[in-house]
Amino acid sequence: MTRTCPECEGPVELAEPVRLSEIAQCADCSSELEVVGLEPVALALAPEIEEDWGE
Amino acid sequence: MRPLAVPASRVRHEEKLLFAALERRGVPYVHLDTRRFGAELGRMPDGPSRDGPSRDGPPYAAALNREISQSRGLYASLLLESWDVPTVNRSEVIGVCGDKLRTSLALERAGLPVPRTAVALTPEEGVEAAERLGFPVVVKPLSGSWGRMVAVARDRDAAEALMEHRAALPSPQQHIVYLQELVDKPGRDIRVIVAGEDVVGASYRYADGWRTNAARGARSEPCPLDPELAELALAAAQAVGGGVLGVDLVEGPDGPLVLEVNHAVEFQSLQAAHGDSLDVADAIVSHVLSLIHDDGAPARREVR
Repeated sequence: MTRTCPECEGPVELAEPVRLSEIAQCADCSSELEVVGLEPVALALAPEIEEDWGE
Repeated sequence: MRPLAVPASRVRHEEKLLFAALERRGVPYVHLDTRRFGAELGRMPDGPSRDGPSRDGPPYAAALNREISQSRGLYASLLLESWDVPTVNRSEVIGVCGDKLRTSLALERAGLPVPRTAVALTPEEGVEAAERLGFPVVVKPLSGSWGRMVAVARDRDAAEALMEHRAALPSPQQHIVYLQELVDKPGRDIRVIVAGEDVVGASYRYADGWRTNAARGARSEPCPLDPELAELALAAAQAVGGGVLGVDLVEGPDGPLVLEVNHAVEFQSLQAAHGDSLDVADAIVSHVLSLIHDDGAPARREVR
């Protein structure tokens, strides 16, 4: 499935099944994106990494 | 069967693998986005009061906490546990693994081999602690991951500069200095994934620099699980309370040492290194399902 990058309007490929809150990266501008809707599939810029993130 | 809860604010490759593993097994689950998760104490989500006559038990059969934020992950587990939901990992485990000193103390209490470690409660004392430990030393934040804010001081001048920077940071926790000897390792460390009593798999993580975190681009290759490594990894996981954990080991001159234990383990690179010969997500799901009775009711809390 292909959607448009909200930052650069480049094509973003999403592997199916697409999941809510899934993280994707735009191949054109390297923006990190989040799937914020499924019907229809919608992308937004993903939140910035926070200090307490990790494994 | 009541659904399994999977708290996570980011659905990464690992979460997609876990969702797929749950779906293959036909396990009902709910993805809880922790950014929209909260609860009134004493009240089940969308249910009657805890004290009400119609209370019908926990809303979820079990929970697999995959939250990337240490704070949200800890409190999500606390809330789920308050509803008697068997939760992986337990809040107690997250609290230990999320603090390097608490982890080191747990490993030391269990008598496990660890690098020489020191702690100073101020940056000024950190310089003296580094001197006593002997250079080079690695300076790490008490909490944090992916090798961020980790630095090596090879002499007193470097230690003094590092401590000045630490003193200037706004968080009081950053003023607590955690130091370890820089282990002379063979350009790699070892990541072992443990799920309950099961040592799932291991990978070598190679890097050109001294930091071998996968998040910093380390290259992963399969690592054979010999009994010594497996036993050490399992003991380290149990020392912090057990659950689904990523144990990081380093091969020191005198044998393997435990570096740290990760409670929100990422396994994309380890899985890729093993290919089809290993299914990490399925092993994790299998462990979580072991906490549930056949009738779908919670069987037990996560165990040590």
